[in-house]
Amino acid sequence: MRKRNFFYLLILGLLAIFMVACSAADNAASATDPEEGTETTEESESNEGNDGDTIKVGILHSLSGTMAISETSVQQAELLAIEEINENGGVLGKQLEPVIEDGASDWPTFAEKANKLLQQDEVATIFGGWTSASRKAMLPVVEEHNGLLFYPVQYEGMEDSPNIFYTGAAPNQQIVPAVDWLLENRGDSFFLLGSDYVFPRTANAAIRAQLENEGAELVGEEYTPLGHTDYNTVIAKIRNENPDVIFNTLNGDSNVAFFKQLKDAGITSDDITVLSVSVAEEEIKGIGADVIEGHLTSWNYYQTTDTPENEEFVASYQAEYGEDAVTADPIEAGYFGVYLWAKAVEEAGTTDVDEVREAAKGITFDAPNGTVTIDGDNQHVYKTVRIGEVQSDGMISELWQTEEPVKPDPYLDEYDWASDLSESLAE
Amino acid sequence: MNEIILTLFNGISLGSILLLIALGLAITFGLMNVINMAHGELIMVGAYITYVIQTIFMNYAPPEYFDLYFIISIPVALIVAAGIGMLLEVSLIRHLYKRPLDSLLATWGVGLILQQTARSIFGAPNVGVTSPSFLTGGLEVGSLILPYSRLFILGLSIVCLFSIFYYFYRTASGRRVRAVMQNRQMAECLGVSTRKVDMLTFAIGSGFAGVAGCALTLLGAIGPTIGTSYIIDAFMVVVVGGVGALFGAVSGAFGIGILNTIFEYVTNATLGKVLIFIVIIAFLQWRPSGLVMSRSRSLD
Repeated sequence: MRKRNFFYLLILGLLAIFMVACSAADNAASATDPEEGTETTEESESNEGNDGDTIKVGILHSLSGTMAISETSVQQAELLAIEEINENGGVLGKQLEPVIEDGASDWPTFAEKANKLLQQDEVATIFGGWTSASRKAMLPVVEEHNGLLFYPVQYEGMEDSPNIFYTGAAPNQQIVPAVDWLLENRGDSFFLLGSDYVFPRTANAAIRAQLENEGAELVGEEYTPLGHTDYNTVIAKIRNENPDVIFNTLNGDSNVAFFKQLKDAGITSDDITVLSVSVAEEEIKGIGADVIEGHLTSWNYYQTTDTPENEEFVASYQAEYGEDAVTADPIEAGYFGVYLWAKAVEEAGTTDVDEVREAAKGITFDAPNGTVTIDGDNQHVYKTVRIGEVQSDGMISELWQTEEPVKPDPYLDEYDWASDLSESLAE
Repeated sequence: MNEIILTLFNGISLGSILLLIALGLAITFGLMNVINMAHGELIMVGAYITYVIQTIFMNYAPPEYFDLYFIISIPVALIVAAGIGMLLEVSLIRHLYKRPLDSLLATWGVGLILQQTARSIFGAPNVGVTSPSFLTGGLEVGSLILPYSRLFILGLSIVCLFSIFYYFYRTASGRRVRAVMQNRQMAECLGVSTRKVDMLTFAIGSGFAGVAGCALTLLGAIGPTIGTSYIIDAFMVVVVGGVGALFGAVSGAFGIGILNTIFEYVTNATLGKVLIFIVIIAFLQWRPSGLVMSRSRSLD
């Protein structure tokens, strides 16, 4: 009798862990957190409506749970921007008052908190989200209440909501140019390696179509479960195929295991180039710069990006959050999103959502990554694309960048080869 | 031919990792019937110990001795994890021996507390551990490269296995442990201090989790949640192998490791994982008590 009970218990326990592991897994992109993920969970229950001198803005990121690792630093960047704006006199002569909520890495919670921010706190806009799942959860809420959301992370595209401003990269601002660059500079046999969920699969579908169009060779495509840590077999397959390039859409901890084991297997960046789209400065710290040195990344911004705005941004970010804090692409996108919104409000002369949206068209801001412009057609931003190489000190040095900021194209409409793709993927 | 050898090596290598993370559990869960959900976090403790010792060496030791940090980490991880295990046993597990469901919940809670503690001390992002130079690269056998880190883990798991075997089957103290686990009352009547034995056994099981954590730094990420990614595998090995049997754990670990690698090689990683679970479920239908049946006198 006891034995049987035991068995049930065991199953129960395993199930519980499995659920945690699954939720821990949807680790959308990079980890970017200079401090711990637990501070600043201040709830602003005490606010009693607008008192006229302040404008409330919602900040909705995961401050607890598995995504806190990445989202806390984006939240910090947004708070930094708010602080700076307030020091310079605020927006429309009023101070910004952040209302901070915790999405807790749980998508229903994101929807619920977005609802609370819009209904109860009546915030002028929300800055928040990281994973596509959290964005998809907030989307119907902001549309229903005609709210605004500034979403700061690169994503798989195939979306444009009138109530969301996308300050991260669309696929044509990160993935498509990276493939082009690799074809030109590193060879034309590709191996696609990704985590097994929506972003890598969507991105790789686009890459497949692009490779076919360019007449390049796809020698292998592998997906591993999120959190997967044993890459020996995948590496054996890669060695068999001997590609010129591995296009890496792995997410989270798997990157550490993959790069360590790749190096142990004797494959260096001289043999096969790995280009990653979810590894930024903070991840490199966790992987170990000596392990990933020489491999490539594709983003719109690096800590080393050479603009006067960036010098200032990195200095103030590190002054606020510590010498060791590193900045990264989503951190920067969260930061300039606040400024873009503030400029749009100034332009509109009001925080009314419809008027702000109208005024936001074509608004520009000199962000750390260069001048960004809101595209009136789809509410994404024009961004410069940058390919970089990881250095031994963990920083990324640029190898190449687009001459001008690239027009965002979330549905890849501009590319003939993607015409079937966007239909099949955009449901 | 090369492919077969490489797949076999990868399978054995995965098996040795599984064995290493499951050895501690084979003692606490297998022998003591404590469902220790904090086992993964004890692995995490071992991993962070390695990180801490590495940092100390980096900052204070002359660079030519840097590689030594890893050799020192292993016993330190063993001792610290065993210490935490002992503390856990005295303060919590001891009161829950007869209540497995409660021990599951309580140790689950302990696991979360340990995770949060690690997050507070080291921060939420992963930390990097540099492999010692003698473990980077690999042994070239013909056209194959067998990574030294994998060979090292294989060796380490064999050493751990034999030291556990020697302790339980060849020493007086180990015999007392087995006596208590098989028939507590009888052992008590014969003058064995069951309390002490329980504490010691749990500490040993925890200690080997620490060693596993140390070895895992060679492979992947060191973060607060490192434990959760390995604990399912650990339970899987012990259940398949047969609760209460050390050699069950060995056969379970290598069986699962090799089969998983073959599945993954033939299909892909996701499907491989699904297939291995299907095989395990089917296997447990056929042999509910695992590969190696343990005979005990206890009336359960």
